[in-house]
Amino acid sequence: MKKPKSEGVQKAGDLPLGFTAQPGSTVAFKTGDWRSVRPVLDKEKCVYCGFCYYYCPDGTYEDMGKDEKWYKVDLNFCKGCGICAQECPKKAITMTLEEV
Amino acid sequence: MGKRIGIEVSLAVSEAVKLANTDVIAAYPITPQTHIVEHLSELVADGSLDAAYIPVESEHSAMSSCIGSSAAGARTFTATSSQGLALMNEMIYIAPILRTPIVLAIANRALSAPINIWNDHSDIMSVRDAGWISLFAENGQEALDLTLLAFRIGEDPAVSLPVNVNLDGFTLSHFIEPIIIPDQQEVDKFLPPYKPSLQLDIKNPISIGLLGGPECYTESRKAADDILEASVPVIKKAFDEFDKVFGRKYQVVETYCIEDAETVIVLMGSIAETAMTTVDELRAEGKKVGLVRIRLWRPFPRTELLAALSKAKNVAVVDRHVVLGSDTSAVGMEIKSLLYGSQLNPKVTNYVLGLGGRDVTREEFRYIFDQAASGEAQVRCEIVGVYE
Repeated sequence: MKKPKSEGVQKAGDLPLGFTAQPGSTVAFKTGDWRSVRPVLDKEKCVYCGFCYYYCPDGTYEDMGKDEKWYKVDLNFCKGCGICAQECPKKAITMTLEEV
Repeated sequence: MGKRIGIEVSLAVSEAVKLANTDVIAAYPITPQTHIVEHLSELVADGSLDAAYIPVESEHSAMSSCIGSSAAGARTFTATSSQGLALMNEMIYIAPILRTPIVLAIANRALSAPINIWNDHSDIMSVRDAGWISLFAENGQEALDLTLLAFRIGEDPAVSLPVNVNLDGFTLSHFIEPIIIPDQQEVDKFLPPYKPSLQLDIKNPISIGLLGGPECYTESRKAADDILEASVPVIKKAFDEFDKVFGRKYQVVETYCIEDAETVIVLMGSIAETAMTTVDELRAEGKKVGLVRIRLWRPFPRTELLAALSKAKNVAVVDRHVVLGSDTSAVGMEIKSLLYGSQLNPKVTNYVLGLGGRDVTREEFRYIFDQAASGEAQVRCEIVGVYE
């Protein structure tokens, strides 16, 4: 049985020689689906301290700037470890179960 | 034309590595492979081979270094035996997927326990499924020739795979045989400088040795299997061109007296010479016996073996490795699997002998020919010559 080609997968014959990768190509490898819980931010409680941004082990938080004053998680790469919620001094982040 | 001299087979393998103008040798000494790498270290030290010799701290490091140096574009060689190959195991499985054409000479030796430094095929069979091209030598000349061929085949852009050359420990590695050492000009004609298909280059960086999750691991194995299959014509072509340059013709499967043979033994390695002598004796007595020797073990030469076995009524497969807990041993399984579903239906029996350096005799081959031709059914593979 053969599987039809779908997005994000490569055919056996199309794999690069020696199973190598080009620089920066990890961006194309979305790891967000490993997550079972996601961080949800309560902007009312957020004081824009940046703890989530600095503590995130995968660098998935983006600084939304001085006007907006909050940090946005990139769910394509967030693995739901919960470190941001643990470290948030205002308890503004809640880890919420992903609905399957 | 080369020069025919008396030389220890291990040293002849080293000479082949020198003639191949190898760039990197990373190796750890282990009996009975030691003389190969010892002589190479001498050749590097005295300046007759311009190569980097890396005296690593273990076989695991030896193969790791080889993968790195091959990925850097260097013609790379190592050698090992038995426990050394076992310690290499983790890296052995990585080299083919990374498509690093390394040549590995294995002076075949039994695996522990009990500790045994002598010859059988249990070491190579422990890495049977790793994706290497695997060749078996019958004699010293072949050990040298297959080493040269291994570079040529593995480095072919259509292949780009590691190749192991198996020579029986002591029986070949430590014997002095008359061997033709080819001229450098001949070797240069046959083996052009290595042009890597894949090369680490700081100007064009790539990552090598990556994670491959459920979405692509299956495809990586399929690709490895496909490339092994695709290497068969390259191997045959290399054998043909070797003949043109050196005048020695190799086949992926060698046959002896099989045209009218009713009972045929299938085996690998140096015991073929004893088996051929037995065939001669039995032929002189009017018995229709023959011999098939597998030179190319991986990829398995299915077509050639089916042709070689097409007329046999009885096929006796001789292994030098016991697959513990199974009814059949390694080569036996392959042959049975090959014949099942083919148009052929010979009686197939499987025998194991020559373990851990036990001498293999003509009497044992006579016994096997007799047993294979008898009506006696065989349920499990028979270990021949057990004291009991």
